[in-house]
Amino acid sequence: MKRVLEGSHAVAEAVRLANVQVVSAYPITPQTHIVEIISDYCAKGKMNAKFIPVESEHSCLAALVGAQSAGVRTFTATSSQGLALMHEILHWVSAARLPIVMVDVNRALGPGWNIWTDQTDSLSQRDTGWIQLYCEDGQEVLDTTLQAFRLAERVNLPVMVVLDAFFLSHTYEPVDVPEQKEVDRFLPSYSPRFNLDTRNPYTLSPLVTPAFYMEMRHDMALAMDEAMTCFAEIEEEYAALFNRRYGSVEAVTCDDAEIILVTSGTITSTTRLLLEELRAKGEKVGLLKMKMFRPFPVEAVCRALGRAKKVAVIDRNFSFGAGGVFAQEIKAALYKLPVRPTVFGYIAGLGGRDVTTDILEEIYIKTRETDLPSQESIWIGLQEVKYAN
Amino acid sequence: MIEIRFHGRGGQGTVVLTTLLAHGLFKAGYEVQSFPFFGVERRGAPVEAYLRLDKKKILARTNVTAPDHVVVQDQTLLNSIDVTKGLKPGGWILLNCSTPPSDMSRFGNNRVAIVDAGRIALKHKLGSRTSPIVNTAMMGAFARMMETPPMKDIIAAIREEVPSDPEANVAAAQEAYQEVVILGLITSEDKK
Repeated sequence: MKRVLEGSHAVAEAVRLANVQVVSAYPITPQTHIVEIISDYCAKGKMNAKFIPVESEHSCLAALVGAQSAGVRTFTATSSQGLALMHEILHWVSAARLPIVMVDVNRALGPGWNIWTDQTDSLSQRDTGWIQLYCEDGQEVLDTTLQAFRLAERVNLPVMVVLDAFFLSHTYEPVDVPEQKEVDRFLPSYSPRFNLDTRNPYTLSPLVTPAFYMEMRHDMALAMDEAMTCFAEIEEEYAALFNRRYGSVEAVTCDDAEIILVTSGTITSTTRLLLEELRAKGEKVGLLKMKMFRPFPVEAVCRALGRAKKVAVIDRNFSFGAGGVFAQEIKAALYKLPVRPTVFGYIAGLGGRDVTTDILEEIYIKTRETDLPSQESIWIGLQEVKYAN
Repeated sequence: MIEIRFHGRGGQGTVVLTTLLAHGLFKAGYEVQSFPFFGVERRGAPVEAYLRLDKKKILARTNVTAPDHVVVQDQTLLNSIDVTKGLKPGGWILLNCSTPPSDMSRFGNNRVAIVDAGRIALKHKLGSRTSPIVNTAMMGAFARMMETPPMKDIIAAIREEVPSDPEANVAAAQEAYQEVVILGLITSEDKK
């Protein structure tokens, strides 16, 4: 049934429907509404789960390592500094092959202290071995969270579902919430491949010498590659039941496009609006929405962008000394093509600054009017700054 | 698409007002989107929230800077904030006030409706004299001014979403629906 739900509430509904057994969390704006609702569900018996409050995000993920190792389905949510504090355990979870699902509400890192949206928190965790899926609206948040459990448990790697602060986490819109029995058909109760058992005691994650470590990492790499095909299969199953699918990427009017805008998160929706306007004026423009970031969908990106003359990647994040993270990854993916489009990297909307259709149009026109990017990263909408002496 | 900006003060339920209206409008068949401008909230500090409605899926994911209409939950905001900033000509301004502002010139080329939501809220024992909870009364006034959503959808939204004393809130909404004063378009002759 369709209900008007906050993005955070859509996450909580998915977690309830997924029959999660242990949730641990430490509150941080803008993640708070997610865990408030889940803790309320646990307290009122709407979820048959144990909610473990903890004193820090590091402890939160450590608690889930214990719970998931014991063989139950687990969940947490965090943001920004909270995710950064989890960093050590993020590596642990993936290498221990624990299929934990987490929601990260993208929030800028401080200082300057800022609670608004910015993808640098999740993207700076790109090498931790977590699958990362970025969402555009409340419906996609609910659907992706449900799919995340299937995907994680299939390949034994953790999944991070990522959504923008406020523009998604605190936005109310109609969301179709499926029935429990339908979800149960898609996502049966958890049966772990391995778990700690006092009747059959053994040690998990012991010392591994150079003789075996590399093989363990290679196995993780294979699992990450497998996640790409598994995701497509899981989406097919989900679509058969619920009639919604998103794809690892979504290409909108890319076939005949000369310029393609590449986006992720809620900027995608606003770009769809601009695309309609520009197409109505006869502009040959396309849109590539990036949903999956890890594993990086190289083939799909090359297919969508390969025929374009120019590609404008819009990054709401920044890697200092390198550039926008999506731009870097897109460039690396396109390298395998014999003839490549010119890639323009734009930085916009950091720290929650609004990315309006006017800003997106400015990016489009700049790309159309110049043959080559003037710089590696073009920062959009910068104000003149007066420095103190 | 219609875009509406809401002004209030922290603690007045401005964000809840936009959410409740989103529920009511969705029941009336609209696609809706509502969200707060999330600042550093404190009780009494100015708060902004937004509501979009359309007959098709809403794609804009930006703050509302050029609203079609404006709702002001607290008259004292008129002294500190330009509530008509970016407001489209002919757009409605719904103002909660006990007496109409003496100077209407700032509302030139816009349509105005006023309602004493504070008095109505207190009559139904919603909040206290110093901080009445006016948001459900504002819903009723909004429904009359906008001629949507129907009161049955306003009432259903309140009953489903307001945890504390929904019937008093329904009564406040119904009374405000009756009492709101539709002043209509403010022309140059009204400017003094």
